[in-house]
Amino acid sequence: MRYTAEVVISLKPVVNDPQGLTVRAGLRQLGFSEVSEVRVGKHISMEVDGDSESSVRQRVADMCEKLLRNPVIEDYRIEIRADGA
Amino acid sequence: MRFGIAVFPGTWSDGDCARAVEVLGHESVRLWHRERDLQGSDCVILPGGFAYGDHLRTGAVARFAPLMEAVQEFAAAGGLVLGICNGFQILCEAHLLPGALTRNASLEFRCETTWLRVETVDTPFTRDCERGGVLAIPVSHGEGRFVADPSTLDRLEAERRVAFRYVAPDGSAVGEASPNGSMRDIAGIVSEGRNVLGMMPHPERAAEPLLGSGDGMGIFRSVVEAVAERSTFAAVP
Repeated sequence: MRYTAEVVISLKPVVNDPQGLTVRAGLRQLGFSEVSEVRVGKHISMEVDGDSESSVRQRVADMCEKLLRNPVIEDYRIEIRADGA
Repeated sequence: MRFGIAVFPGTWSDGDCARAVEVLGHESVRLWHRERDLQGSDCVILPGGFAYGDHLRTGAVARFAPLMEAVQEFAAAGGLVLGICNGFQILCEAHLLPGALTRNASLEFRCETTWLRVETVDTPFTRDCERGGVLAIPVSHGEGRFVADPSTLDRLEAERRVAFRYVAPDGSAVGEASPNGSMRDIAGIVSEGRNVLGMMPHPERAAEPLLGSGDGMGIFRSVVEAVAERSTFAAVP
């Protein structure tokens, strides 16, 4: 069975995010004054083969722990959906 | 003595490091990232560049190179490892040093001379420097903002593991002139065993007066002395 895994990597709340601050300033300059907080992260999309959503989720979590995120500065969240579903 | 200089795809400062070693009258060998043999190196340098393109995060992929397994073992046995710029980023990703190096606060790539205050001479990399002395050494990076949680920072300070701090040319606090916004203005740190140094500035680019500064040579000279003495580098209690 093939699944699509979406991983969102974000800087931990305590880590200063100069990119987010710059984007916020840019948005405000364009008149989007309602924007209060902007954080810039990464989005990684993968096609993954597996037996079940839970086993794929576990494997993708392992990938995050080993390579995709730096535990010192980043958090992650995972979304899994079966392809064709 | 022999310096081993790591070369990953994207490393660009290996030639400058080899030149600094040559100026000192010592030998260097290149260590290709796919190899595990350190070729009898007394000190391994992880030079600057963009190893594996620095994709995902700086140093994130390089840390899994076969060469890095050998470097991990070498460091665990007390071998001297000097990570410069991208090398510092790789050492943090490999957990040989704590913390992480993130996008410069300015979001700019900074290539300029910085002034570093030597915070401790109790390391094999700074023993030939003067404590509190100021070194003119250039940086060249976009992601050099050192971050770590407050308890890690406190521990680094308490154990006198901050080797260099960015300062103004007169040695006073750098303030807004920090090249990257590093926490506590940290430019370089050593490992618990004091045998691994990571620093963002490039001492090999301050290796001869012709380059504008010879201040980086104190670091290479220190390593040569330390190896010559075969000192043991006990952690500070």
